[in-house]
Amino acid sequence: MKLIKQPIPSVDGKGLMMGRPAYTDDLAEPNSLIVKVLRSPHPHAKIVHINTDKALSIPGVELVLTYKDFKRIPFTRAGQGYPEPSPHDKFVLDQYVRHVGDEVACVAAKTEALCDQALDVLEVEYDILQPVLDFEQAIDHDVVLHPEDEVHEMFPIGYEPKRNIAASYHMEVGDVEAELKKCDVVINETFYTQAQMHAMMEPHTVNARIDFQNRLVLYSATQTPFHVRRIISQTLEVPLSKIRVIKPRVGGGFGGKQSLHGEMLVSAVTLRTGKPAKMVYTRKEVFEASPTRHKMRIKMTLGADKDGTLRAIDCHVLSDTGAYGEHALTVFMVAGSKVLPLYNKVNSVRFYGDVVYTNHNAAGAFRGYGAIQGNFALESAIDILCEKLGIDPLEFRDNNMMKEGETSPIFAIMGEGTEGTAMTMDSCKLEYCLHRGREVSKWNEIYPYQQISPTKRRAIGMAIAMQGSGIPYIDMGSATIKLNDDGFFNLLIGATDIGQGSDTVLAQIAAEVLGCDMDHMIVYSSDSDLTPFDTGAYASSTTYVSGNAVYKAAMKMKQMMIEEAAKRLDADVDDVEFDGTMFIANTQSLTINELANRLYYNDDQRQLMATSSYVGHKSPPPFMTGYADITIDIETGEYDINNYTSIVDCGTPLNTMLARGQVEGGIVQGIGMASYEDVKYSKSGRLITNDFVSYLIPTRHEIKNLTTEFAESYEETGPFGAKSVGEIGIDTPPAAIANAIYNAVGVRITELPITPEKIRLAMLRKDEQ
Amino acid sequence: MKVTFILNHQEETWDVHPNDYLLDSLRTHHIVSVKRGCDTTSCGVCTVLLNGKAVPSCSILSASIDGKEVVTVEGIAKEAERLSEFMGHNGADQCGYCNPSLALSVHALQQENPHPSDADIRAFLVGNLCRCTGYHGQQEAILHYLEDDQ
Ligand code: FES
Ligand code: FES
Repeated sequence: MKLIKQPIPSVDGKGLMMGRPAYTDDLAEPNSLIVKVLRSPHPHAKIVHINTDKALSIPGVELVLTYKDFKRIPFTRAGQGYPEPSPHDKFVLDQYVRHVGDEVACVAAKTEALCDQALDVLEVEYDILQPVLDFEQAIDHDVVLHPEDEVHEMFPIGYEPKRNIAASYHMEVGDVEAELKKCDVVINETFYTQAQMHAMMEPHTVNARIDFQNRLVLYSATQTPFHVRRIISQTLEVPLSKIRVIKPRVGGGFGGKQSLHGEMLVSAVTLRTGKPAKMVYTRKEVFEASPTRHKMRIKMTLGADKDGTLRAIDCHVLSDTGAYGEHALTVFMVAGSKVLPLYNKVNSVRFYGDVVYTNHNAAGAFRGYGAIQGNFALESAIDILCEKLGIDPLEFRDNNMMKEGETSPIFAIMGEGTEGTAMTMDSCKLEYCLHRGREVSKWNEIYPYQQISPTKRRAIGMAIAMQGSGIPYIDMGSATIKLNDDGFFNLLIGATDIGQGSDTVLAQIAAEVLGCDMDHMIVYSSDSDLTPFDTGAYASSTTYVSGNAVYKAAMKMKQMMIEEAAKRLDADVDDVEFDGTMFIANTQSLTINELANRLYYNDDQRQLMATSSYVGHKSPPPFMTGYADITIDIETGEYDINNYTSIVDCGTPLNTMLARGQVEGGIVQGIGMASYEDVKYSKSGRLITNDFVSYLIPTRHEIKNLTTEFAESYEETGPFGAKSVGEIGIDTPPAAIANAIYNAVGVRITELPITPEKIRLAMLRKDEQ
Repeated sequence: MKVTFILNHQEETWDVHPNDYLLDSLRTHHIVSVKRGCDTTSCGVCTVLLNGKAVPSCSILSASIDGKEVVTVEGIAKEAERLSEFMGHNGADQCGYCNPSLALSVHALQQENPHPSDADIRAFLVGNLCRCTGYHGQQEAILHYLEDDQ
């Protein structure tokens, strides 16, 4: 292997560092109209009157759009496959607004200053409605968020809008109640996980123009260009053939750019004015009007025998989807489907609950996608159970967790929005990860804690996790490889690099198969006109699903080249040997550039181009263990993370450096969620944390040391043995840190984020008892 | 109003509005290596060097740069290219949106303190947020880059 498992620098790193124009706004037409949105100051209101005259009379203001300008076509911004498992409950602009920051109207003008002037003089009269702000009170509340007739589900997802239920689900293996009665020890605990913001550095950005063929061309910072094209077509009633969506470099996504953002309004402006238009969200808009992670309440009941065998898991989840049901059902299901199989020796499992509407900012996809919420609850509960059983938490996990060659009935029952797919864990090195992590993190020396000064303790806690690799039978990737004269290639992929490095990894796969150097594999991703279809960068699918497509296309290209070489060498195809630069047969040889040049300029001319696609038939989970080594001040509750040890089984890490980057980026986002990131609303439903001053993300001060290792693992069905690595890193920090805090000071924080205040308060309460 | 200043070692005269911020002026003049990430001078992705000091260009009025020297990443292309090699080899290559600003800050640090400790680097760069890398790979890359320069 020349390129696989190597620390290959990314194909775009140099150009991006040097500041070459690459991101969406860098590529906007310089004379674009600026599009800005008037956003609701109320969490719930009906627009009773809108007067746009004054705004339109300002010279330079070209257009004002309100709900009156759009046909009522409900859709979802979720950016998922079709038909979507998210309810169609959103209108481009609506007469109702359902959260602070929801769109009321949009203006397009020559400059930003003119837009601001126009927004200032728009006259809107609201009938202010009572908001639903407590997600535990949402079901059957007097106030209904979506009473309109047009909203609908695309297939049964338990949608009951009249009850504020966006989705619901129930599954049970065995009889949980009966099983729990038979258990020696039962624990139950309620956990709360907060909403979290993606906080990618590049705000949501889009621009549009009409090209010389009279087609609508969008540049969008999106994870899902093909879904964007489809949804614009359906919602604005423009033929799909008249739309082209280009995804330039994207400055971070993490799921936040899976959903559509300004695409509808900017397209509408360009379609109506014929002029180029652009929209860049302000940071405040990113906070107020782009999706968050789903806030959840998780009730976890575990039952075990005295000997430390886990017998039953009962999990009830209530999830807050905010004003719109984007990813409502699927995130909720992942909280079970990518968490509960970790303990596959149980006799009975139940997972059920509801996803409810509230007048909060809509939730959506976010790295971890429900698994991080479920993981916090389950992995905290396991430690609580171990304490009660008096069993070492590592030993307990070792005895009860998923092992190689095993399976769980949950895989067949729960998919994402639909039924699942049965599979066995052909590659699962969780055991190795557990033992290796114990060693590397110095667990035995630290556990449960060391007193390092009268007021400070060092402690350690851990958690295990699993994720998936794409959605089986749904996620599809495809790739086209083109041989150019002189013998270099283009790799055309619909897969979207959003900073995770997929352009590099996919080029590596193709170059490895074809035996060429990285600089002979020029990647182009993604342009709905030029690159083949791909469902997009989500569900940890790119390396596994799109990677398999690339692998197949490269094998096809190799075969095509060998066939052509055989003709020119007067040999049998089977006799031709190819080493990446030279075709050899019958003591004759032909270099790849000779072949290409002859193909395109001289004899028997024809273009070689190979296309393949791939749909996964399983979703092999990556596994990991995370060990949080912390120091806590027992007087203040403040804690530092000295080191976070991650041992990851992602199959073969195709690019060791980029894989490490994915894990560590995820770990730090997970640490942020565990420790302080919090989306907070005022009592009246206004978002308080709407800038980087009030919404804190980790800085380089807090991140002292990260230790990341990969297990030796090989997944037969993955390209060169790879599984996914995009999401798994984020899952363990909340539980590992909660467990470390408990090991340090004996208090259990069940509500994220784990702040010093909550720790101190719990310590005081414990002292009082 | 007109301002005359040195941009990446060359004199420029630009027509700016008194309310314009340097970040917007740079972007309208197609210096798009300078990015916007926030509205509250708290992310650092708009960093430029103003008379050699790393500053957020979103908080500098364009009118105030008359007679001063502004350097964007294009003005330190060689250093940026070299730093990017270290980033690539330390797993710190991700979306790249924060990278030009990081290169400028590292350059400014090097001018002020050619032998910074690990803690010095963290303290100097604390205003340069990155949401992708988890910082660890960046930190290693910067350390190796600075060592290599000595
Ligand atoms: S744009 Fe965030 S600091 Fe300037
Ligand atoms: S690499 Fe994406 S923000 Fe730093």
